[in-house]
Amino acid sequence: MDIVVCMKQVPDLVEELELNDEGTGLNRDYLKLVVNEFDDWALEQALLLKEQNGGTVTCLALDTPEVDTTLFTCLAKGADKAIKIEGDFVGGATSHQAAKLFAETIKTMPHDLILTGVQSVEDLDGQNAVLLATYLGIPHVSVVTGVAVNGKVATVRKEYAGGMLAEFEVDLPAVLGIQAAPQAPRYAPISKVRAMMKEKKINQVTPTDGQVDAGVRIRRLFKPESGRHAEMIEGDANAVAERVVGILKEKALVK
Amino acid sequence: MSNDIFVVVEQLKGKISDITFEMLGKGREMADALGGKLYAVLIGSQCAGLADELGKADGVLCVADVRLANFNPTAYKHALGELVRERAPRLLMIGNTSMGMDLAAGVSALLNIPLIAYCNNLRVEEGKIVATAQIYGGKLFADAEATGDQLVVSILAGSFSADAGKATGGAPVEEIKAPLSINGGAGVRFKQLIEPEAADVDITKQDILVSVGRGIQSADNLELVEELANALGGVLSSSRPIVDNGWLPKARQVGKSGATVKPKLYFAVGISGAPEHLEGMRDAGLIIAINSDPKAPIFDVAHYGIAADLFDVVPALTEKIKEAK
Ligand SMILES: Cc1cc2nc3c(=O)[nH]c(=O)nc-3n(C[C@H](O)[C@H](O)[C@H](O)COP(=O)(O)OP(=O)(O)OC[C@H]3O[C@@H](n4cnc5c(N)ncnc54)[C@H](O)[C@@H]3O)c2cc1C
Ligand SMILES: Nc1ncnc2c1ncn2[C@@H]1O[C@H](COP(=O)(O)O)[C@@H](O)[C@H]1O
Repeated sequence: MDIVVCMKQVPDLVEELELNDEGTGLNRDYLKLVVNEFDDWALEQALLLKEQNGGTVTCLALDTPEVDTTLFTCLAKGADKAIKIEGDFVGGATSHQAAKLFAETIKTMPHDLILTGVQSVEDLDGQNAVLLATYLGIPHVSVVTGVAVNGKVATVRKEYAGGMLAEFEVDLPAVLGIQAAPQAPRYAPISKVRAMMKEKKINQVTPTDGQVDAGVRIRRLFKPESGRHAEMIEGDANAVAERVVGILKEKALVK
Repeated sequence: MSNDIFVVVEQLKGKISDITFEMLGKGREMADALGGKLYAVLIGSQCAGLADELGKADGVLCVADVRLANFNPTAYKHALGELVRERAPRLLMIGNTSMGMDLAAGVSALLNIPLIAYCNNLRVEEGKIVATAQIYGGKLFADAEATGDQLVVSILAGSFSADAGKATGGAPVEEIKAPLSINGGAGVRFKQLIEPEAADVDITKQDILVSVGRGIQSADNLELVEELANALGGVLSSSRPIVDNGWLPKARQVGKSGATVKPKLYFAVGISGAPEHLEGMRDAGLIIAINSDPKAPIFDVAHYGIAADLFDVVPALTEKIKEAK
């Protein structure tokens, strides 16, 4: 079974997000990018499936800044191959563009199962898994928390609200948007990532057709001017604790 | 293309979800502003019954087929896609829910109609539809529009009033034959619904919840927050990553894919306040948030905020509460 995992780099939300001069996007000059957390879960699910059923795992990513480290980390965790899609993605790519490029690339390689993270913090124009599946004309299920494969069919569990699950059978090849895997993403020590950088190579591809028509234009990106912002409690830990107890007493929440 | 608006009805086990009414209320406003009609699109095994609750719409377009009895990502996508292709509405509104995620992106890619996801507001400006989307974990909002005339939006739950979308009486129903493209579920077959596992405590029934998020760093540190919960006579709950890491059972999860809670007091400790978390707790009576990032979105819904290290504040608070008793 050949499994493909799409990896995406997204802005690190721990850092301050600065806007560009036009206020229509992020200032990407010093933007710190990290792997989309759900992609790490997708990779974990892929590696678990490979351990259970055999086969290969290939990680695929757009050529965004420092994506090599991400891809070498995939290899260090146990992926067999890493592929980088060439292009100008310095300003980021829309979900539709990325999905189209992934689709064009995946068409040219063996694929039984394609896993992506369920969403990312940057999907203004929608989630990749379903866009990708639709461009490829194959089945999809998103918000998946469990996958078992038997021959050419996967049994998957999709999460609904309130902890309810729906179980589906899916004909392969298919795309699944992964929310979580049965175990937390494994860790690759830096030494192993460095070893991969010496031993292995990242393949590069340049898809010929990455055009999409479904366009969205951002008028303005802004920090929410919330109507209801918390009253901030200042001071050292003891002062803060004192004040909170006061508030709770007033509302009869501590007796 | 018309100026009509389609709202996709979401239902589970024969009950229409709140998000549907939230969208119908806003959809009504948008249809009136655009001078179009508002249609509720019902996909399922039958039209009778459910359509009676959809009176806020001018009409119900019902695709009924036994093969559509349960939600199916691909079969529903084709059923909806065919209808949208034929009727060409101006705006298609879908919940940004587990089901809606498969439909919104699916129809967008199938028909090449732009999609704006995580939408929490909509307006008409000089004839154009402008959607506000909540991105970067709620840290930024985007006002965006489609480059073409048609648009698909996926709406975050809790953005609009559900009451505004409810009406007494139904709307006229037009039955539509399911397209051939749903055959065989288009590669996906529904098997069963699995109910959540029984829990030791029901967090939806508590007066006081102390919720912990990824800021806690490790399972060992949970104890610190649990002590605060105990001192308050409350119960420990959490954001999703704590559950995904296996540190707390699923039944303790607050949010979109966990429980919706409404305690008298909700402490959010080391929780950023992503839209999916806020969905589950924004209506709590008193919300107090502790987060070292003063810009964390949790402070936009909290009543009181403490921008500090939880490892300093939580022990001090636990002590003071014990003393106060
Ligand atoms: C379909 C879907 C459904 C989802 N359902 C849910 C759901 O039901 N519930 C849910 O919660 N999430 C859900 N999520 C996940 C959601 O998108 C977020 O990833 C999640 O809520 C983040 O959890 P968090 O706030 O604990 O972690 P983070 O976003 O990582 O936030 C951690 C916070 O801790 C703060 N912090 C760090 N160190 C300290 C310190 N020492 N002291 C104080 N503060 C500190 C940081 O500033 C940060 O704000 C869902 C996602 C998807 C895609
Ligand atoms: N984590 C999982 N995700 C999806 N399917 C599963 C998972 N575990 C088991 N299955 C399948 O679901 C069916 C019921 O599994 P079980 O609940 O383990 O009895 C079996 O036919 C398995 O193939």
